[in-house]
Amino acid sequence: MNAIEMQGIGVRYRSEKIRSLKELVVRGLARRKAPYFWSLRDVTLSIASGESVGIIGANGAGKSTLLRVAAGIVCPSEGVAISRGSIVPLMELGTGFEAELSGRENIFFNGALLGRSRAQMRSQLDAIIAFSGLEQFIDAPLRTYSTGMVARLAFSIATAVDAETILLDEILAVGDAAFRQRCDERIHSFVREGRTVVLVSHELETLVRLCRRTVWLSHGAVVADGASEQVVADYQRQR
Amino acid sequence: MIVRRNVAAAPLRWTDEVRDLAAHSNLIFELVHRDLTIRYKRSLFGFLWTMLHPLLLMLIFTIVFSRLFRRETPHYETYFLSAYIAWNFFSQTTSNSMASVAWNGPLMKRVRVPRSIFTLASNLSGLVNLGLSLVALLIIMLFARMPLTPSLAFVPVSLLVVGIFTFGVSLMVTAVSIFFADVREMVQAGLPALLYMTPVIYPVSIVPDGFRWIVEKNPLTVLVGIVRDPIYYGRMPSPQAFGTALLISLISLVLGWLIFSRLAPRFDSRL
Repeated sequence: MNAIEMQGIGVRYRSEKIRSLKELVVRGLARRKAPYFWSLRDVTLSIASGESVGIIGANGAGKSTLLRVAAGIVCPSEGVAISRGSIVPLMELGTGFEAELSGRENIFFNGALLGRSRAQMRSQLDAIIAFSGLEQFIDAPLRTYSTGMVARLAFSIATAVDAETILLDEILAVGDAAFRQRCDERIHSFVREGRTVVLVSHELETLVRLCRRTVWLSHGAVVADGASEQVVADYQRQR
Repeated sequence: MIVRRNVAAAPLRWTDEVRDLAAHSNLIFELVHRDLTIRYKRSLFGFLWTMLHPLLLMLIFTIVFSRLFRRETPHYETYFLSAYIAWNFFSQTTSNSMASVAWNGPLMKRVRVPRSIFTLASNLSGLVNLGLSLVALLIIMLFARMPLTPSLAFVPVSLLVVGIFTFGVSLMVTAVSIFFADVREMVQAGLPALLYMTPVIYPVSIVPDGFRWIVEKNPLTVLVGIVRDPIYYGRMPSPQAFGTALLISLISLVLGWLIFSRLAPRFDSRL
């Protein structure tokens, strides 16, 4: 069974956007429309349930857009994306955190954003706090946290909630060495448990270690898709 | 197993959206809670401010207008406030919905939540505030020796109809304001004008014949009327007035959803 299936996915944006009615009137009369920019074009891809897949490519290749389409955050302009099972996206750290609320309150708010009930979060609370290693700071307002601390809390929440698929977008670059090691271990244990992991990363070594398969994107299209060692080696040669 | 189909440019289906909202009921609760607590967190009177607001307004408007409209409307304070709480809910909620979607835009780009959830949460917090204002109004009526009639029991039904109308309008304006930022300012500017086209502050009888059609054709006149009837006049709204109000609300809801659901697939490029 496939956790994620994409058929002919295209996502386009206008390179110049009309932001107000006033502009629309002015531009509309001039009848000049800005050209489209394709962030993804004709991407067909399936990820089996339980697979761990890495996504590589230069900046602007469409990696994040691909994850957003998979997560249902972005609606494609072409094609169909089907996902099976619950998905937790971990896109940018610090998303959905409220600076004035404490770490503990933020755990509940973040859980709610991921569609979890209060009771579910309460049962996971101790595990989340322990994994983040933020016991002493958990009742302090989030604005007093460092970037690394926010990252740790976000990763702990996203990986504690029970999801069949987890999407990680370049979030492993933060945190200290010890925490990154624990993140690695946790992703490994996800894979062992038969969950699906999709990982966008510029750290190719980590990627090869964590993912068996890698997809290489360039200018919104799939260039290569196969065993991580092979694809990463080709990618490095290309650069 | 949850199966989600993310199809190119497909409008949202209302059945999916309702199911999705139900699955995120905890988030709705958290958002409403955050709305209500953060707004008043640093103010001295906290929640009481919601009650003080109508009190202060009553004072101002009663002093300014009660002598002017003494003959047409005895107990001007109740006449004014019974309609004003409904009006205030409508105007605050539509503005807050647009602000909330703009504010939470970055969030919607990173987490998948039902697209109408912020609009719904703003409407629900508005309803809570409306309930508090109603309590304040009842206290004022007691002090003003206004008779409390059994028809007051009908007020929640009227407010629900106003709530449906407001939710529809909120969906409409939030969807459009995501694409055109200046819609927010236009609505903000239009709301006070609409207030003066609705018999909230003044009785309809003082409107010159040539302009009365504006007031009579204004859908808010009917909606404000079904709230004022049970509070101020101590009578049930006529079946005709209530039916019209209900119809207007349902049209607003359907129209709001049609616009929202069709624009929703393209929200992410605009937030």
